[in-house]
Amino acid sequence: MAVLTEEQTLLRDAARAWTQEKSPVSAFRKVRDSAAPLGYDPAAYAEMAEMGWTGVIIPEAHGGSEFGYLSLGLVLEELGRTLTASPILASALAGASAIVLGGSDVQQGAWLPKIASGELVATLAVDEGAHHRPNVVGVTATKHGAGYKISGTKTFVLEGMAAGLFVVSARTGGAKDATDGISLFLVAADAPGVSRKALHLADSRGAAVVTFDNVEVGAAALLGAEGKGWDLLEKTLDRARAGLTAEMLGTALQAFDTTLDYLKTRVQFGQVIGSFQALQHRAAKMFTDLELARSCVEAALAAIDNDSPDVPELVSLAKAKVGDTLHLVSNEMVQMHGGIGMTDAHDAGLYLKRARAAEATYGGQAYHRDRYARLQGY
Amino acid sequence: MADFGADDLDGFRAEARDWLAANFPPALKGRAGLMMAEGATSRNGDFQAWTKAMGEKGWGTPTWPKAYGGGGLSAAQARVLQKEMSAIGAWSPIGGMGVMMFGPTLLEYGNEAQKQRHIPPITRAEIRWCQGFSEPGAGSDLASLQTKCEDKGDHWLVNGQKIWTSGAQWADWCFCLVRTDTTKKHEGISFLLIDMRTPGVETRPIKLISGNSPFCETFFTDVKVPKENLVGPLGGGWTIAKRLLQHERGGIAGGGSSTSVGSNPFNGPVSGLAKTYVGVDEAGRIADPDIRSRVTTHEIEARAFQMTAMRAMAEAKTNSGPSAISSIMKNAGTRVGQDRHELILEILGHQGLGWEGEGFKADELGAVRGWLGGKAFTIYGGSAEVQNNIISKRILDLPDPLSAKNA
Repeated sequence: MAVLTEEQTLLRDAARAWTQEKSPVSAFRKVRDSAAPLGYDPAAYAEMAEMGWTGVIIPEAHGGSEFGYLSLGLVLEELGRTLTASPILASALAGASAIVLGGSDVQQGAWLPKIASGELVATLAVDEGAHHRPNVVGVTATKHGAGYKISGTKTFVLEGMAAGLFVVSARTGGAKDATDGISLFLVAADAPGVSRKALHLADSRGAAVVTFDNVEVGAAALLGAEGKGWDLLEKTLDRARAGLTAEMLGTALQAFDTTLDYLKTRVQFGQVIGSFQALQHRAAKMFTDLELARSCVEAALAAIDNDSPDVPELVSLAKAKVGDTLHLVSNEMVQMHGGIGMTDAHDAGLYLKRARAAEATYGGQAYHRDRYARLQGY
Repeated sequence: MADFGADDLDGFRAEARDWLAANFPPALKGRAGLMMAEGATSRNGDFQAWTKAMGEKGWGTPTWPKAYGGGGLSAAQARVLQKEMSAIGAWSPIGGMGVMMFGPTLLEYGNEAQKQRHIPPITRAEIRWCQGFSEPGAGSDLASLQTKCEDKGDHWLVNGQKIWTSGAQWADWCFCLVRTDTTKKHEGISFLLIDMRTPGVETRPIKLISGNSPFCETFFTDVKVPKENLVGPLGGGWTIAKRLLQHERGGIAGGGSSTSVGSNPFNGPVSGLAKTYVGVDEAGRIADPDIRSRVTTHEIEARAFQMTAMRAMAEAKTNSGPSAISSIMKNAGTRVGQDRHELILEILGHQGLGWEGEGFKADELGAVRGWLGGKAFTIYGGSAEVQNNIISKRILDLPDPLSAKNA
């Protein structure tokens, strides 16, 4: 655990107390079983907003607390422990980051207070294919009067059914995979020509395919400069990825703790199975990887708060390492629980499904290993 | 000792910089490898002068008390000193087991006379220590050691055999675990200091797969040891040994991380070596995608380990007691270190198969020996399996198997 300030400790303790009491895994199970249309419980999200968690990275002038990414990471870690479903990552971190980093005063004033208060869900609409390739942009934005016309389809849009605002990457020039010629637009979900369809994912979280059919937007919808959206997109994605690693760390830690408890209670051959060395050494390996993973998560979040130049490489490092660790721990959770771990009644399956979805989100391990190597010049 | 404020540290930084400029021989810049040449008889005048200067200043053991020849520095000052030394390519000529393991342990458990006698020569690199722990029948199960130590009234009489005694052939003294009671396992072990020149002490180097002989067999036949050489209480050796092993494991783990940047690709990240030996494609990537992928995984792991070491230090400054992190450092660090050696060998291809002679660069030959020598990382200082047992038992609180309850 990083050395925390007193305020950060209070925030973490509050997040821990709330998730354990108000949002245990059973709460997520209830959301899943009720086939909640948004993939989360809006009342729970309203409580989170009331506690200020949706405004942690938003400037005070726009209704936030400007408390930093490491601080928000503490909350996400606790939410990840209990698989709490909410738009906090997609909206209060990813969507908000795009506007904090690239928004004009008018854009910030229009959207950030609503994100901070929890009344608006903003999300990134960047992916178009089976894999996260943010430079591959087929959605087009063509000049139309003083503004633009946007056409094309985005997929795997997190909280896409709940969103009131999309941060859309669209091509205003350049080849299909060129980083040059990408522009970002703020598109309201109720704009004429926007349609969406829910994706029912294995992890039961909210996601959608969003289609833009000649959606007309004014020049004021452009986020940053035309054709120069790539740097802003990367900076935004890196913040989203770092926040996600904090959530994934929490998920992995709880998967491990739950498994460790089982090793200490399940009796076979006249003794608890945790006394068997074959399982002990696998547990020790997981514990070791979790400690390494925590260092990566905290380094990435701290680098963002310090506006350090090595944010991209530290983020890719963290996403790759935490992804591998969560992958391992979630598989071991099922295996070490044996038969009960395969049943839907047990939580292991929920952790396993969430693990894979989180791994793939904003780029999987293969994507981030490749990116790390490219950033290091090899 | 409380850390000094920033102003005091600036003052110390200036002092350290001046002293290093006046005393560090520029010819030794970046040649810390000299420290690895154990047993070399021809360390030159610069090396001797630098050792003398550092020994007198006490800065080879910067945080040890001044009263015993140490530097008397705070942890913060020691970090400043380390930074200043790195900045000019300086390194400490005061090292070895006395500095890394035995000294800190004796400072904690030794009596006043023992500290007065044994610590100052370590701070000046005058005495070399070796470690008499493992025996042919006591490896991972160290507490089953049998080397017998009998109380003969005015002296101890020691009989038995040690093995894997690093540097015993060059050592002046040995800190040793001996059995003073055969009726109890752990409580029958005592911690004894033995002068290697005592009649009855014999060492035989063991040739390893790397071709080197860093370890010895050490035989004790009717060796008479003065009574005052017992450290701690009779039968209290196991507690002291566990503490000492913590120092040892910390040192081994540290050796596993090597991503420092240097002009020689053999000293830098593996990726640099891969670009040289495997080649790059038109986009500047390592040409072999399989090797590139594994190099990346390794470098991520190495950096994760380094960041964890830094986190452990940061937490140690604020928390009381050792953090759980320390328990994972040996396995995590040695895994990184061995992966590095294996990758380097694969990257070198045929050039990574040379044993000696022509057709190979010195660095290529060194990589082969380093790969073989590195196999020791996960065996000595508590094998990887023993480390996993320790994590399971002490950190994860998992029980012993029934069959081992009475072991």
